[in-house]
Amino acid sequence: MSSIDHSASHVHRDDVGSRLGMWLFLFTELILFGGMFLVYSIYRFNYQQEFHLAAKELNTLFGALNTIILLTSSLTMALSITALQKNQKGLSIFLQSVTILFALAFMVNKFFEWSAKFHHGIFPGSETLLEKSNGEILFFGLYYIMTGLHGLHVIIGVVLIGVMTYFTSKNRITSDNYVRLESAGLYWHLVDIIWIFLFPLFYLIT
Amino acid sequence: MTSKSVSSNNYESYLEYNGKGRGLKSWIFSTDHKRIGLLYLITMLIFFAVGVTFGFLMRLELIAPGKTIMDPQTYNAIFTLHGIIMIFLFIIPGLPAVFGNFFLPILVGAKDVSFPRLNLLSWWLFLIGGLLAIISVFLPGGPADTGWTFYIPYSVRTSTNVFPALLAAFVLGFSSILTGLNFVTTIHRLRVPGMTWFKMPLFVWSLYSTAWIQVLATPIVGITLLLVILERAFGFGIFDPALGGDPVLYQHLFWIYSHPAVYIMIIPAMGVISEIIPVFAQRTIFGYKFIAFSSIAIALFGSLVWAHHMFTVGMSGTAMFVFSLLTFLVAIPSAIKVFNWVSTLYKGSIATDPPLLYALGFIFLFSIGGFTGLIQGALSVNMHIHDTSFIVAHFHYVMFGGTGFGIFAALHFWFPKMFGKKYNLQKAKYGFWTLFIGFNLLYFPLFVMGWLGMPRRYYDYLPEYHIYHLVSTIGSWILILGLIIMFGNFIYALLKGEKTSEVNPWGGETLEWHVPTPPPLENFDEIPTIETDPYQYVQNNSDNVLVKEAN
Amino acid sequence: MDNHSHSNNNHTPHYGIYIIVWLALLILTGVTVAVAGIDFGGLTIATALLIASIKSYLVLTIFMHLKNESKVFSLFVGVALLFLLVSFVLLFADYSFL
Repeated sequence: MSSIDHSASHVHRDDVGSRLGMWLFLFTELILFGGMFLVYSIYRFNYQQEFHLAAKELNTLFGALNTIILLTSSLTMALSITALQKNQKGLSIFLQSVTILFALAFMVNKFFEWSAKFHHGIFPGSETLLEKSNGEILFFGLYYIMTGLHGLHVIIGVVLIGVMTYFTSKNRITSDNYVRLESAGLYWHLVDIIWIFLFPLFYLIT
Repeated sequence: MTSKSVSSNNYESYLEYNGKGRGLKSWIFSTDHKRIGLLYLITMLIFFAVGVTFGFLMRLELIAPGKTIMDPQTYNAIFTLHGIIMIFLFIIPGLPAVFGNFFLPILVGAKDVSFPRLNLLSWWLFLIGGLLAIISVFLPGGPADTGWTFYIPYSVRTSTNVFPALLAAFVLGFSSILTGLNFVTTIHRLRVPGMTWFKMPLFVWSLYSTAWIQVLATPIVGITLLLVILERAFGFGIFDPALGGDPVLYQHLFWIYSHPAVYIMIIPAMGVISEIIPVFAQRTIFGYKFIAFSSIAIALFGSLVWAHHMFTVGMSGTAMFVFSLLTFLVAIPSAIKVFNWVSTLYKGSIATDPPLLYALGFIFLFSIGGFTGLIQGALSVNMHIHDTSFIVAHFHYVMFGGTGFGIFAALHFWFPKMFGKKYNLQKAKYGFWTLFIGFNLLYFPLFVMGWLGMPRRYYDYLPEYHIYHLVSTIGSWILILGLIIMFGNFIYALLKGEKTSEVNPWGGETLEWHVPTPPPLENFDEIPTIETDPYQYVQNNSDNVLVKEAN
Repeated sequence: MDNHSHSNNNHTPHYGIYIIVWLALLILTGVTVAVAGIDFGGLTIATALLIASIKSYLVLTIFMHLKNESKVFSLFVGVALLFLLVSFVLLFADYSFL
């Protein structure tokens, strides 16, 4: 075991501890999605052909665009912390706002993508879907649950970063006390990482 | 050690200090880890009483073949609720959330946990989850009748209130995660100067292993239950075989969490026993590092054995072999602990006070539970006794005889410190023996009739099992009598008992026995420094734990 | 690590490294889309997962500052990933071997 310092007990603020706690929380998120990836991997193993067939219905362009949007938002998030470290408050607020805008763009994109599917009659319990083979039903079930839950995390991220932007503007997050912004950033990057895996596993298996 | 009495009149204990609010508000919104610990204790015991009542009713129904006091549907609902309440609302939070919250910061010399507000949030989530479980009983549709395991496809098709019950389990899981996260961070960041990893009390080690399981395994069951919820709501077909889903996959995911959860329940109890034994033998714990590492090892191996709950579902031969082997391996670290406890007692000056009695009860009952667990780990035997009452007996010996007695041991051990009140030692001993006898009468016949073929969860049975059921039901009455004696003794002590400010009634050496009784708001006036190992009983030991005391 | 100064990352902050990583991530996204059409047989999914892992590694170490944190953080990530990995391996013991 590594011996990190033990003198933290009498300082009221423990930034390292806060980040440690945040990381532990991220593991729970990671494993939450990990559970779904377990389900995905078993069914993909059992229904290889059907998964290929079903994935053809997904639009790679939408997926790729969203990947780029999310990666870029991750960049602006990371930059906003650097900006604050350099004591450039205005720039940091700007970058945080851009992150939120990208996140919203991601959701708009997702909305159009889902609407198109619904338009084609592919949604849980629909007749069109139930006529398809079992493997395809499973694929779309997983598709909706996993991208839906990921979308929920994006929305939570938007709220979280929004609160941080407010705090920054009110000087409750400053260049020497920004652990909350860092934690929000960590959360946002995790959302990004999950998408990094969702994208090839759903859109690129044709 | 000779208790060095710290004057008790010139400080305000955590029981007196109210912070901003008053009355109830000063408790339910308090972020003090000790008050949160007591909140958990009270809520947990209320749910325990409900769970015991359900258990009592089940046993009463089974006293004779055929219908006795309830119809089969009610019986199904009652064993489901008994399981959900006892597992999610009593045993899982029993030690970490109650005694972990109360004593972890004191044992590592901290003023509170790392995230006190998160700690309060986790109690609120616990309460909400508990209320959801209770509400599910009274909503139209009737209480869930799936068993606490919510096996697919029945849990998707039954019209009973599975949804609120699933939601309850989900929320409770979240509460458990937050507690675990808090403990890992606290143990990493808030140990007092000088307390290296191998100077931590063993209860802290056990909480550390437990906390990791809580953080890593709970999300799996979270997502699994969520998938069932979504499946019920939207007809996704993730697990429903009619739509190509795989019900066995559900069982895998469920047990990936729920088997490690068994270790969430038992490891902290082992930690409590490791604290109690050296105190009442007045000896250094034997094999400190082995006990510490065996906690980690149990957490590690415990995460690898989940499919031994599923030996009859038709898994691949490879999987059967691997999981059976791993199941045998997990017995080793548990055996190491038992060996070390017994070795600690050897040549000790043993005081048979109630906490030690409960600890010995733990070792005895847990050993029976553990050995019968090995019997089921063997594949061929498992085919014979799978889903019989043998299994029920096994996990009650481990969960109730183990963890339950661990919780009672912890209560008897720390009660004076927590409340500053003395309980009657003699009555506590009567309580123990009644409980112990009732326990064995209740559960041992289940081993026998399970071996003879009595299935679990059955409402009715053949006449040849009657005698075992009868003995078992009588045992349940004695057990409940024991519980009444024990809790009556505590309640009497709280209301009318003699006040005590004795700092160290049992002669312990860990940090909680060096703070005033009951502890002050932030535990320590000044942060102590640790120089020696936690269980130094052999040398003249009164001065060497706390440097500040030596001065 | 120094608790009293509260400054956590003992490196001077730069923008450049993030831009470089971002470009690398975009390029890797392009690569994974481009090779998706090629059939490597069983290796197709392995390639996709390998690229995704590289991308995640970049995000973890640079964007999430794992590189600058104390070793405990990396150890924690290792434990979490190991738990997931073991779950996959043992689960597939039931599904893939007969």
